[in-house]
Amino acid sequence: MDTIPTPRPKVIEAREKVVILFAGDSGDGIQLTGTQFTDTNALFGNDVSTFPNYPAEIRAPQGTLAGVSGYQLHFGSVDVFTPGDVCDVLVVMNSAALRSNLAKLKHGGTIIANSDGFDPKNLRLAGYPDEENPLTDGSLDNYVLHTVDITKLTRLALEGTSLGMKEKDRSKNMFVLGFINWMYSRSLERTKKFLEAKFKNKPELLEANLKVLQAGYNYGDTSETFTTRYEVKPAPMPKGNYRNITGNQGIAIGLIAAAQKAGLELFYGSYPITPASDILHELSRNKHFGVKTFQAEDEIAAICSAIGASYGGALGATASSGPGIALKGEALGLAFMLEIPLVVVNVQRGGPSTGLPTKTEQADLWQAIFGRNGEAPIPVIAASSPTDCFEMVYEAVKLAVEHMTPVILLSDGYIANGAEPWRFPEAKDLRPITPPYAKPRETEDAEAFMPYARDERGVRPWAVPGMKGLQHRIGGIEKEDKTGNISYDPQNHELMVKLRAEKVQRIADTYRPIRLDSGPGTGDLLIVGWGSTYGAIRTAALELQQEGHSVAHVHLRHMFPFNNGLRGLLKKYDKVLVPEMNSGQLRQLMRAEYLVDAQGLNKVQGMPFTAEEIRVAALNLLKK
Amino acid sequence: MSTLQPAAPAPKKIDYSSDQQVRWCPGCGDYSILKQVESVLAVHGRAKEEIVFISGIGCSSRFPYYLDTFGMHSIHGRAPAIASGMRSVQPDLSVWLITGDGDSLSIGGNHLIHMLRRNVDLNVLLFNNEIYGLTKGQYSPTSPEGAISKSTPMGSTDHPFNPLALCKGADATFIARGMDRDPKHLREMLLRADAHRGTSLLEIYQNCNVFNDGAFEIFTEKASKAAHTVFVEHGKPLLFGNGTKGIKLDGMTPVVVDLAAGEAAADDLWIHDERDSFKASILVRLFDDPREKDALPRPFGVFYVNDRHTHETKMNAQVALAKQKKGEGDLDALLRGENVWTIA
Repeated sequence: MDTIPTPRPKVIEAREKVVILFAGDSGDGIQLTGTQFTDTNALFGNDVSTFPNYPAEIRAPQGTLAGVSGYQLHFGSVDVFTPGDVCDVLVVMNSAALRSNLAKLKHGGTIIANSDGFDPKNLRLAGYPDEENPLTDGSLDNYVLHTVDITKLTRLALEGTSLGMKEKDRSKNMFVLGFINWMYSRSLERTKKFLEAKFKNKPELLEANLKVLQAGYNYGDTSETFTTRYEVKPAPMPKGNYRNITGNQGIAIGLIAAAQKAGLELFYGSYPITPASDILHELSRNKHFGVKTFQAEDEIAAICSAIGASYGGALGATASSGPGIALKGEALGLAFMLEIPLVVVNVQRGGPSTGLPTKTEQADLWQAIFGRNGEAPIPVIAASSPTDCFEMVYEAVKLAVEHMTPVILLSDGYIANGAEPWRFPEAKDLRPITPPYAKPRETEDAEAFMPYARDERGVRPWAVPGMKGLQHRIGGIEKEDKTGNISYDPQNHELMVKLRAEKVQRIADTYRPIRLDSGPGTGDLLIVGWGSTYGAIRTAALELQQEGHSVAHVHLRHMFPFNNGLRGLLKKYDKVLVPEMNSGQLRQLMRAEYLVDAQGLNKVQGMPFTAEEIRVAALNLLKK
Repeated sequence: MSTLQPAAPAPKKIDYSSDQQVRWCPGCGDYSILKQVESVLAVHGRAKEEIVFISGIGCSSRFPYYLDTFGMHSIHGRAPAIASGMRSVQPDLSVWLITGDGDSLSIGGNHLIHMLRRNVDLNVLLFNNEIYGLTKGQYSPTSPEGAISKSTPMGSTDHPFNPLALCKGADATFIARGMDRDPKHLREMLLRADAHRGTSLLEIYQNCNVFNDGAFEIFTEKASKAAHTVFVEHGKPLLFGNGTKGIKLDGMTPVVVDLAAGEAAADDLWIHDERDSFKASILVRLFDDPREKDALPRPFGVFYVNDRHTHETKMNAQVALAKQKKGEGDLDALLRGENVWTIA
C-alpha cells in the first residue's frame, strides 16, 4: 500500500449530458456561479439550457428557505431543450438549499455540500428537527455525498490578505466555480477574463477571487475524496457562429435590430417590474443605436409615452408583466383605435394580482387577447425559447409597423431569464420592414388627405407630424370611415368595427404555413403547445416518437389571429393534448374556434413542466 | 427661444381653423381661448404640419379637432405622457397640450407633475372651470369646499387643489395664469408661454356657463375685477385696485397696503421678479377665497420662469454622447455580442 500521500490519478468519464443545480442563500453569488459555468460550457461547444430561480425577496433572512436562490444548468454533447427534469449534481451552500432542492436530485445523484452551512443555526433555520443533520444521519445514503468545508477552505486560501472576514466569505462562490470547472474538465480561462474585466479597478479583489477560483480547482485535483472527473464533449450543432442569450436580451436586441431595419428610431417607455426590467437595462446601455429609453412614472405613462413616440414617427415599444399590462389596457385600446404601430411585451409571471413575481406562468393569454373594452382585436404572438424571443419581437415589430396596429408579444419569466446558445443572424439577412408612409401633399390643391383610407390589406397610411400637408386629427373617439372625423353614426360605427377587425384578421394571410415541430403529419395524437413549454414538449414528443408512438408536436407562434392552417391540421389526429402553465386558456380558445375536443395538461405552480410530466400525460391520453 | 419660427408670408389666423364645426355650448369660455390660440399661431406663421395639439378627455380636449394642424384627442389624463413620448422623438415641432382641471389634476395628476419635473418642452393650456362639464356637472379637484354639484348635493367635503402651487411644487419652469374674459392679456400669456423653452404651464380661468356659471365672475367682471385681481409684471410693483392698493412683503407674509391712505409708498411694495423661485412660491399661494373678508387679490400674469434644461435636450445629448464614445451603433456587433464561438 502506498504510504506516500501523492494524489491518485483521476479517472475521466464521458457524459452525454449533465444537469447541475447550484443552490444557496441569495447572497451566496449563486447566479454568478451559474452564469459563469454556463458561458464556459457554451464556449466549449455544449448545447445549454438554464433556469435561474430567484427568491421573491431581495434579501430574505439568511439561511431560511425563503432566501434560497437556485441556478439550474443543463449542458450536453447532444441537443438539450430544457434545463432538465431532474439533476445529476446538486451543489448546496447551506441547509435550506438542500432542504428545498433535494427532491429535484435523481436517485444516486451527487451532492456537494458546504459543511459550514450545516451548523446547528443553519439547520434550525432550514427547519430540520433538533439534533438532526442530514450530512451525518445517513438520510442521504441513496446519494453520493461530498461534504466540503467551503467557507474554511476559502478563508485558508485568502490567509495573509488584508481582506476582512466578510469579504473573504463573499468569494466562496469562486471556490465552487473552480471546483466544478475541475470536475467537468473545463478551463478557467473564460472566468478569469470575466473577473479581470469586472475587477479592473479593484486589484485586491481581483487577486482574491482568482486565488479562490484556483484553490477550488486545485482542491479537486488534490483531494482524495474526488476520484472521477467528467467530460461532456461538444454538441453536434449546425455550423455557424454562436453566442449565449437570455430571452430578455433577445427582446432588447430584436427591438433594436427591427427598428434599424424599418428605418425608425426606437423609443422604449417602461416602468420597472419583475421579470421585464432587464429589457430596460439592456436597451439603456445601447443609446449609441439612437435608442431612447424613458423610465416612466407608471405603467400607464410607459405605454402612453410609447404611443406618443409612435405618433411622432418612431417605433414605440413597452414591456411589463401581468399587473402592469392590466394598467396599460385603456391605452392599448387607444393605440388600436388610432391604428399606429406599437409593440407591447408581456413577460408573464405567476398571477393574479401581485401573484408570484419571480415565478413563471402562462396565464395572461386571455388578458392579451380579450383584455380591452369594446371590440379591440390586437395581434398576439408568443415566444417559445430565449432565442425565439429575438425572432418573435422582430415579428412583432414587422406586424405592428406594416399593419399599423399594436402587437402584444408574450414571453415569460422562464425564458426571460433562461439562456441558450444562439446561432445569431447577420444584419443583412434580417427581413425588411416597410412602414406604409402617406404621400406628402406638396401643394394646397393636392387631393385631400384621408387618414383612414385603407389599402388592399385594410391598412391606413402613416402620416407623421412634420410631413408636408398631411395634418389631420385622430383620437380614441369613433371616427368616420376614410376622413377620420368624429362620427356617431350607427352604421359607420359598425362598419369601422368590422374594418378594424378585418385588418387584423388579414394579418394571418402573411404567416408562414403551419409546420409541425416533430412527428407524423397524421396520427393518434397531436400535442399543441405555445410559449415557453416548447423545450419540455419537444423533449417529450421526441421520446414518444422513439418509443414508437404516433405523436406529433406543433408549437403555436401566433395566438391571435391563429394560423390559417391550424384548423386543417387538428383534423388529422384522433386526439389533441394542450399542455399549458395555466388552467386551459389556449384549450378553450381552440375548442371555441374549431369545435375540437382538445384535452388539457395544466400546471399552475409557478414552475415549468418537466418533459416527463408531458410524456406521461400523452401516454395516458393515448390509452384512453 | 420660441418654438414657432417666423416665416413669410404671414398667414391669416383663419388658416389654422379646421373644417369641423365647433361644438362647445354657446357662450362657453373655450371659444375665446380658441380664438386667441389661432391668433397666436398666426403671429408666428409656422407651417400647419409642424404644429401638434395633444389633448386628453373633457370639453376642452375637443380643442385639437378645431385646428387644421396635427392633433390627437387621446384618453383621460394621459396627454402629458403621450406628449412626452412624442416630444422625445420630435424635438423641432411646436407642441401644445390642451387639458382641463379634471383631466390634468384628477385622473392625470401623476402625469402632470412628472412632465413638469422633467421639463418637457411644450405649452400646457390648463382650462380650469372648477367643474366636470362633459360628464354634466360633478365637482372637480379645483371646486371649492362646499361646492354644490350633482355629486355633492350637500356640498363638497374635499379641499381643492391650488393648481399653480402644485405645479410650483413639481418644479415647473414656467407658471402663468390668464382668463378667458381678458383676451388681450390671455394672448400675451400665450405668446409668453410659447416663447419659453420647457414645460410652459398656463392656467386659464374658463367659465362653464352651463354647469358652473360665474365661478370666476369676481375676477372677470368689471365691477369687482380691480379689487380682487393683481396683474403681475416683471420688475413692477404688485399694484391693484386701479393703483390705489398694493401688496407688500412683511417678512414672508404678503400684506395689502392702501397707497391712497398713505400706508406705504410704491417703492415699499413687492416688486415682481419672475426669476425668483422663493417669491414665486409665495405668489402662487395668493389663493384666498375672494368672498372672504380681507382676502388677498388673485394674481394673473407670468409668476415664474426658469431656464432649466429640457428633458429632450438631455435625452438627445446622451444619445449623441453614446455615439461619440462608442461610435454609431453597429447592428452586427450587437448581434454578435462579446463571447462568440464558431462551429465549423
